[in-house]
Amino acid sequence: MQFMLLFSRQGKLRLQKWYVPLSDKEKKKITRELVQTVLARKPKMCSFLEWRDLKVVYKRYASLYFCCAIEEQDNELITLEIIHRYVELLDKYFGSVCELDIIFNFEKAYFILDEFLLGGEAQETSKKTVLKAIEQADLLQEVRPHVVTLHYE
Amino acid sequence: ADVIATARWTNQRRAALSQRKEAYAYMPAVSKGDGMRGLAVFISDIRNCKSKEAEIKRINKELANIRSKFKGDKALDGYSKKKYVCKLLFIFLLGHDIDFGHMEAVNLLSSNKYTEKQIGYLFISVLVNSNSELIRLINNAIKNDLSSRNPTFMCLALHCIANVGSREMAEAFASEIPRILVAGDTMDSVKQSAALCLLRLYKTSPDLVLMGEWTSRVVHLLNDQHMGVVTAAISLITCLSQKNPDEFKTCVSLAVSRLSRIVSSASTDLQDYTYYFVPAPWLSCKLLRLLQCYPPPEDGAVKGRLVECLETILNKAQEPPKSKKVQHSNAKNAILFEAISLIIHYDSEPNLLVRACNQLGQFLQHRETNLRYLALESMCTLASSEFSHEAVKTHIETVINALKTERDVSVRQRAADLLYAMCDRSNAKQIVAEMLSYLETADYSIREEMVLKVAILAEKYAVDYSWYVDTILNLIRIAGDYVSEEVWYRVIQIVINRDDVQGYAAKTVFEALQAPACHENMVKVGGYILGEFGNLIAGDPRSSPLVQFNLLHSKFHLCSVPTRALLLSAYIKFINLFPETKATIQEVLRCDSQIRNSDVELQQRAVEYLKLSSIASTDVLATVLEEMPPFPERESSILAKLKKKKGPGAVSVPELDDKREGGELNGGGDRGPDTASTPSPSADLLGIRSAAPIGATPTSTGSLLVDVFSEAGPAAPSAAVNDDGFLRFVCKNNGVLFENQLLQIGIKSEYRQNLGRMYLFYGNKTSVQFASFTTTVSCPGELQSHILSTKPVEPLVEGGAQIQQVLNIECLTDFSEAPLLNIKFRYGGALQNLSLKLPVTINKFFQPTEMTSHDFFQRWKQLSQPQQEAQKIFKANHGMDTEVLKAKLLGLGTALLDDVDPNPENYVCAGVIQTKGQQVGCLLRLEPNGQAQMYRLTLRCSKDSVSMRLCELLAQQF
Repeated sequence: MQFMLLFSRQGKLRLQKWYVPLSDKEKKKITRELVQTVLARKPKMCSFLEWRDLKVVYKRYASLYFCCAIEEQDNELITLEIIHRYVELLDKYFGSVCELDIIFNFEKAYFILDEFLLGGEAQETSKKTVLKAIEQADLLQEVRPHVVTLHYE
Repeated sequence: ADVIATARWTNQRRAALSQRKEAYAYMPAVSKGDGMRGLAVFISDIRNCKSKEAEIKRINKELANIRSKFKGDKALDGYSKKKYVCKLLFIFLLGHDIDFGHMEAVNLLSSNKYTEKQIGYLFISVLVNSNSELIRLINNAIKNDLSSRNPTFMCLALHCIANVGSREMAEAFASEIPRILVAGDTMDSVKQSAALCLLRLYKTSPDLVLMGEWTSRVVHLLNDQHMGVVTAAISLITCLSQKNPDEFKTCVSLAVSRLSRIVSSASTDLQDYTYYFVPAPWLSCKLLRLLQCYPPPEDGAVKGRLVECLETILNKAQEPPKSKKVQHSNAKNAILFEAISLIIHYDSEPNLLVRACNQLGQFLQHRETNLRYLALESMCTLASSEFSHEAVKTHIETVINALKTERDVSVRQRAADLLYAMCDRSNAKQIVAEMLSYLETADYSIREEMVLKVAILAEKYAVDYSWYVDTILNLIRIAGDYVSEEVWYRVIQIVINRDDVQGYAAKTVFEALQAPACHENMVKVGGYILGEFGNLIAGDPRSSPLVQFNLLHSKFHLCSVPTRALLLSAYIKFINLFPETKATIQEVLRCDSQIRNSDVELQQRAVEYLKLSSIASTDVLATVLEEMPPFPERESSILAKLKKKKGPGAVSVPELDDKREGGELNGGGDRGPDTASTPSPSADLLGIRSAAPIGATPTSTGSLLVDVFSEAGPAAPSAAVNDDGFLRFVCKNNGVLFENQLLQIGIKSEYRQNLGRMYLFYGNKTSVQFASFTTTVSCPGELQSHILSTKPVEPLVEGGAQIQQVLNIECLTDFSEAPLLNIKFRYGGALQNLSLKLPVTINKFFQPTEMTSHDFFQRWKQLSQPQQEAQKIFKANHGMDTEVLKAKLLGLGTALLDDVDPNPENYVCAGVIQTKGQQVGCLLRLEPNGQAQMYRLTLRCSKDSVSMRLCELLAQQF
């Protein structure tokens, strides 16, 4: 995988993860172009598109679009399930995740992603194992962030 | 409870959401004493900003605040530092520039509080600064964490390396990480991170990641008990196998047995690695992908086991689903498609290929758009296998239907691609007709490509040329705006080369021009063809010479300048063909709007043609305006254009009957010299520009000279450029440029003045034939620094055979980018794609110059401007043996001058670089320091860019 972007229906970027070295300018250009392309697509259209020399796989969850750029030889369907597993991880961690969780706890979203994918490849696909790693890390924190405690208690 | 319905929210979720919204809205007020209260307040503030200006104002206020805290006298505690660094990160992620805070983030790395360390690493991962001082500090912190034996800290450090992946990090850690990866006492989670971290470093700096002694232990990770470790390790192993297939080939049998265990396991066996009733889908896909790096296993037992797996996967596709969830079917089908890719890659099991094709056929009518899309895409590759081509063809009606009815343009695009791929002589007329009718309503985004495809198919499968001419003229009628120059040049080229179609072409264009509104491209083709062959229809009074002329001239005023120029040339041709039109045409040429036209080209043509027609005798006129000679046979330049548009590898021209049965469109087998020609902007009828107006592209090979030079940049090869061999050839001309388990490429080259000739020898090391072998040479960087022309290579290279290719090289000006050689061929069904830098370097064009010490230093002083000099001090990479050094310096092409430098240890050389446009004098001085094992290299040249380039090249030679 070359990069993953999360953006809202309004085109606001919520998370960006780049697995290839690119300049900030190039990243902004790609983001702009891709957000526009994906938002212009209709709901029933297929989840894959050719974009430059990459394949783009995207899926919408409520107000958020999850969008991955993969290479020629990569598998589209399994990428779609990468996205889904990430959504499941966020959902399990935040408890019915919504866009606001990702805005206010953006650092958590990055941490969870790093446990799941590293360098653009799946590192650990077991939901339990990933969440255990994150929760262990949370235990190491002296005070748990308020936002999380809000709906965990 | 872990199910999220796409876009559909249960009431429960809705309630949870609105509760959350409230919580976030009030949070700043209600929260106290939490970890990052300030951050939440800040995010909340930003969200409440009504305008972009307000947001920027709020951010600037915050930046000023953070800056003052960081600069303040009071030392900040870890918590505050973490909070501010996190705020900066948030600001950066909003899209604003951040130019401070890096130091504070680096400080956090050495905190012993996990959460502070974690934020520090996140900041560094997102916002690395190339500031070398900082990189050293970061690397130090990472080093500490890696040796901490605390697995959570180790993982954080490894994640950071994997996220940044810079060369500096590779230099620091590439040798350490393999050890962590294979050590017996490393925790599983650390192993997983280490494997992928290494993968990232390998991708950025393959030269620094040496597996060497670890190879076999890494391969054996495929056997690891922990599925997570296998999942992470296999990505690394796949990447390494692609680059060094021989060293890793033991992974094949391990992968097969692992796959077999997964495929035959019950859906509950793998516990949390089962995803919606599908056992380990990610790992399965990766295993199948790894196997695609290799030919079919030679060991019968392994192969049998693998075929069994593939059959099981195909069988499972027919079983009823274990769940209705789309995740279940996606995961299952992901494996299925990967298995089909492997079957296609092997291209050796007819039974499996046909089963794959049938399975895809079912998907073509599936209700899931995604599956239809993928089936169409996958079938494209099946169409090029001889075993499944016929089976693919049986789906033609479904595919045509998809082209007509799919609602998503990207799916229609796939359908068009598949029609193109399944096209052969038997169905060409049907497919071309369908594509033409689709063009009338096709989306603008794909019209140009569709036009190219129709043009290629029409040309390739034309048995009767009137059909071909009709098809192209239809193309112009339907989608004139999308018909590129290549397409209409091509129809003219073919008509000129085939005398049996000329009369028909003249008649047809004449009829087409009758339409009141016809596309300008039609006028171009009409002008050219009537100018050449109007005489063939002049016998009919309805298309007498004057009628023809008047018809053309009625379009003249609506046309652009290049078309008008072309028409003027057609008119002068008319004067030769039909003397009776002379007076009328001279009248037209003479009128002010022509002879005083503000456009220089038009004015010049009008004046010259008028003069020519008045003073030249009939004989002279007949000679000058003779019918165009046949064009040398070339591969369709349209194909080259399509390849460029789609990127290499993307065009699967129906390859099965590449041999073009039934005579070639292009007539004579006489293959003209492949000169570089630029498409003339108006396809000059007089042939003033000697070369054909069509891109020069030899049959079935690259050397797309015109295509290289006609646009801003060369087509970027998709294969990673391999330049390991390149530097070895700076000081020598012959040797092996590249070798892998399939192919060896040797070169021999010779240079004289600004010209060179390079012989490339492609050796097939296997016992299997390479099919569709093509090579393309392109020149990146400054265009036209060198012209290369090639004769095509044969598309088939038998097992064990060697073929030769000659490149002619001309150095036009000095250059620094080397030309790229792209090689593509099919080996056992799999497309191989390889890009190499050709070792054509500026020093190849050196003429040695002998001179005395006095002369040398006089010139040295003359070249004393700072930019004329380039200097490098570097460590010796090889032994500092005098004879070896001398041989290298001579190999460089310069004269090695004795008794010049007062210090006998030093070497001085002189030479002149010959380019077409100029000569560049170069002086070189190499000062070895045996004790320090260092060199100082100084170059002074009359052109700065040459000093720089030579210095770069040479610094890596000694």
